[in-house]
Amino acid sequence: MKGRSIKVRRAADFAIRVLASGAALVGIGFLGWILIVVLGRGIGSINWAFFTEMPAPPGIEGGGLANAIVGTVLMTFFATGVGVPIGMLAGIFLAEFGRETRLAEWVRFGSNILMGVPSIITGVFVYIILVVPMQNFSGVAGAVALAIIMLPVVTRTTEDMLNLVPNTLRESALALGAPRWKVTLGVVFRGAKTGLVTGVLLAVARVSGETAPLLFTALNSPYWPRSLNEPTANLTVTIFNYAMSPYPDWQAKAWGASFLITAGVLGATLFTRGLLWYRSRH
Amino acid sequence: MANSSRQAVDPSVPGTKIEVKRRNFDPAFRWLTVSCGLLLLLAVAGIFVELLRGSLPSLEKFGARFLVSQAWNPVTGDFGALSSIYGTLVSTAIAMVVAVPLSLIIALFLVELAPPRVSSLVGGAIELLAAIPSIIYGMWGLFVFAPFMADYVQPFLERVSGGFILFSGAPMGIGMLTAGLILALMILPFITSVTRDVFLMVPAVVKESAYGLGSTTWEVTRKVTIPYGSQGILGACFLGLGRAIGETMAVTFVIGNRHEVSLSLFAAANTIASTLANEFTEASEELYLSSLIELGLVLFLLTFLIQLAAQYWLKRTRRKMGAGQ
Repeated sequence: MKGRSIKVRRAADFAIRVLASGAALVGIGFLGWILIVVLGRGIGSINWAFFTEMPAPPGIEGGGLANAIVGTVLMTFFATGVGVPIGMLAGIFLAEFGRETRLAEWVRFGSNILMGVPSIITGVFVYIILVVPMQNFSGVAGAVALAIIMLPVVTRTTEDMLNLVPNTLRESALALGAPRWKVTLGVVFRGAKTGLVTGVLLAVARVSGETAPLLFTALNSPYWPRSLNEPTANLTVTIFNYAMSPYPDWQAKAWGASFLITAGVLGATLFTRGLLWYRSRH
Repeated sequence: MANSSRQAVDPSVPGTKIEVKRRNFDPAFRWLTVSCGLLLLLAVAGIFVELLRGSLPSLEKFGARFLVSQAWNPVTGDFGALSSIYGTLVSTAIAMVVAVPLSLIIALFLVELAPPRVSSLVGGAIELLAAIPSIIYGMWGLFVFAPFMADYVQPFLERVSGGFILFSGAPMGIGMLTAGLILALMILPFITSVTRDVFLMVPAVVKESAYGLGSTTWEVTRKVTIPYGSQGILGACFLGLGRAIGETMAVTFVIGNRHEVSLSLFAAANTIASTLANEFTEASEELYLSSLIELGLVLFLLTFLIQLAAQYWLKRTRRKMGAGQ
C-alpha cells in the first residue's frame, strides 16, 4: 500500500462502491423485469375457467388448464410422500447415528452428487428404469423423478436442522430412559420443527416448478388425470408445449400457467422466509 | 443405549415387556435410517450404471468418434456429440464470464458496503432469482429477452466489434449468447450466496487489522478478504458451473437447437441438455435413443467431476475457517 496517494486510493474505493451498488441494482432489476413480465402477461389469462375447464383446441375461445393443475398437484403430492420420509430418515442417519463415520461421509458425498445431477438426467434415468419396463409414460414415473430430486434437498436440511438441536436435550431425554428412536422423533424433531417444515416446503416448491424431469416421464396429456398409470397432464410441460406452438391463445395460456407457477413457488418461498423470521423474533 | 432399556418409565406397565420392545425397536430404527442413507448412494450408482448400459449400443457403434463427430442424422443413423458438447461448454463459459465477477461484487456489496437492513433486503431479492423455475426464465427469455437482444444488444455488439467473428451474423435474438446470458442470471444467486457466506467467515480481527493500518474497503477486500476466502470462492464458482452446465429448460427455449458448430455467438446452437429435451421422446430407433443416452452420460460425468471439485474446495475452506470463528 505504498506509492499511491491517498487520493487515488480513495477514488478506486469510491469507484468500487459505485460498481458494487450498480451490480446489486442490475440483479434486482432483472428480478423485477421477469416478475413484471410474468405478472403483466399472465394475469390476463387467469379467470375462473382457467381453473375449472379443460383445455380448448387452438382458435376456440375459453377453456382452462384444470387437468394440468390437478396433475401437477397430484404428482407433487406423491413425490412429497415418497421423497420426504426417505430424505428425513437419511438425514436422521447423518445427524444422529452416522455423524463422522466413514459410511456417513459416503452418504453425504452421494447426497451432494445427487443434488448436482441435472434434473434432465434424472428424467432419463427414470425413463430407463420405469417408463421402458412399464411400456408407457406415466404420472408415477413423473412423481418418482420429482421424488429423486427432492431426496438430497430434504436429507441435507434435515441433517442441518437436527444438528442445531443442542446435545444436552438428547442427553436429558436419554437419561430419562427414553429409547433412541423416541428421543429422535419425539424430542429432537420437536426442537427442529420450524426448520424442518420450512425445508420441506422449500423442497416441495422447488420440484413443483420442475419441467425437465417430467418431459419423458409424465409427458403431458390433454385429458383429465384419471390414474397415474398413464401420461399425466401437468402445468410445466404444458407451458413448454403451448409456448412452442404458433397459436396466440395457447401462448396466452402458457403465460397464465407461468404466472400461476411463479406465484405458487415464490409465495411458498416468501412464506417460509417469513416463518423463519417470525420464529427468530418470538 | 444399553441403559435406556434398564428401567420402565411408567411403573404401572410390566417392565419386562417394555424392555423387550425397546431392545428390539432401536436397532430396527437405526437400520431403517442407514438403509435410507444407502438409498441415496444407490441412486447415484444407479444413474451411472443405467446411463452406461443405455449407451452401450452407441458406444459400440461409434466408440470415441462419438465425442468428436459433428454428424447428427437420425435418418442414416449417424450420431456425434461434438455440437452438443461445444454448445454446452461455450454457453457455460459465457455464463461464468458474466456471472462470476458480478456475483463477487454483489457479495462484496452485501457483506462490506450495504447497511444491514439494505443488505438483507437485497440479499433476499437476489436469492429469489434462484427460486424462479427454469421454465419461467425460458418464457421470459424467448418472448421478452431474445427480442430485446435482437433489437438492441446484438446490433450494438456487431457495430462496436466491427463485425468480429464472435459477434457476426444475423441478429435473431435466440442463440448462444442469449442462452449464456440467461444462464448467467440463473447461476448468479448461487455463486453470490456461497461467496457471501465465505466472506462472512473471514475473521473480523484480520479485516480490522487491515483497516487499522489505514486501508480502504476495497484494499481490505482485494488484499485480505479475497485471498483469505479464495478456496471458498473457487468452490462457489464450481457450484455455479455445475448448475449452468446441466440447465435445461431456459436454454432449450432460447438456444435455437441446431446441430452445427459455429464460431458466431449469435448463431443458433444446442447443448447436451437441450438436445435431450427436444429429441428424447422422438427417438424411436435403438441407436438414436442410445446416442441420446450417451449424451446424458457425458453430461452426468461432467457434473460429477465439477461437483467433486466444488466439494473439495468448499470442504477445505470450512476446515480452514472453522477455527477462525
